[in-house]
Amino acid sequence: MAGTYTPPRLTLPVGDRDHAQGPAEATVTLVEYGDYQCPYCGAAYPIVKRVQKEFGSGLRFVFRNFPITNAHPHAAWAAETAEAAAAQGRFWEMHDFLYEHQRSLGEEAPFAREEARLKLDVPRLAREVAAAAYAPRIEEDYMSGVRSGVNGTPTFFIDGVRYDGYPEFDPIVAALRAASSAPRRRK
Amino acid sequence: MPKTAPPSLKILPAGVPAPDFALKTTPDQDVALRDFLGRPVILAFYPADWSPVCSDQMGLYAQLMPEFKKFDAEVLGVSVDGVWSHLAFAKERKLNFPLLSDFEPKGAVSRLYGAFEARTGEAARALFVIDRKGRVRWSYLSPDGVNPGAEGILAALEKLG
Repeated sequence: MAGTYTPPRLTLPVGDRDHAQGPAEATVTLVEYGDYQCPYCGAAYPIVKRVQKEFGSGLRFVFRNFPITNAHPHAAWAAETAEAAAAQGRFWEMHDFLYEHQRSLGEEAPFAREEARLKLDVPRLAREVAAAAYAPRIEEDYMSGVRSGVNGTPTFFIDGVRYDGYPEFDPIVAALRAASSAPRRRK
Repeated sequence: MPKTAPPSLKILPAGVPAPDFALKTTPDQDVALRDFLGRPVILAFYPADWSPVCSDQMGLYAQLMPEFKKFDAEVLGVSVDGVWSHLAFAKERKLNFPLLSDFEPKGAVSRLYGAFEARTGEAARALFVIDRKGRVRWSYLSPDGVNPGAEGILAALEKLG
């Protein structure tokens, strides 16, 4: 059984359905399957931000939901909230806020304040979250991850190939460089 | 990054009968492979309880139980940990399938499947899908440190028909 190991590949290609930052024609695409309540995703969140800064418009970043609901009681609520904000054009703001306030998950006040600050239609958002309006989309994200070899959170894919390294800045940057052979960007 | 499976291990291949065994899952309860004849079994060897990641391999399988149940499949996790560790681990991670203790003689069942890593004294991350008649239909050895996930298991279950 020894031999060269081939990491699994993304079975659902990145497309219009996805929440993406960075241009579609970026040289390299990083996909994260994440859970808003997972502390390892919380730890990866600022690292991904640094990586995005490092590559600028050379990187496209996509986030897909992989809520581990049997371990994380607030994961489904958080995913629904981000998707409901997305329906009002505010996905990334809510995504960032959820990770930046991960320890407050389960409280109402900080998130209610943020919904108001983002000028969201709060009754609509509350209605949609209560009805789990985006559960089919979250489930599609989740099952696409399962079929692509997501084995925990966070799991990253670089240009469609599962990244098996550590979720730290240097190894992710090295893997992205290797994938893109992009010249280093300087500001 | 290139990774390779432990070169010393030759796990049981598809096509052979799955060796029967009985192991403890609680201090006074044994589980035998033959108990599951008539149903597909996912036999998942793993190195140790308490690996420090969210939704480790076993947690992922617990979360995926509804998918496995569509195939009427049972999951059995096997490591060399003792039953008390298994009980605490299963409770903490909310695992909904038996963890079997390959503890005494240590690693005997893992060896039977070619999945004992003598270097570390632990089971390797080896997966077997066993059909209703007790035959290995798919097996996979994951490289060191790589959680194999579940997509290979689901593909193998689909092929059982």
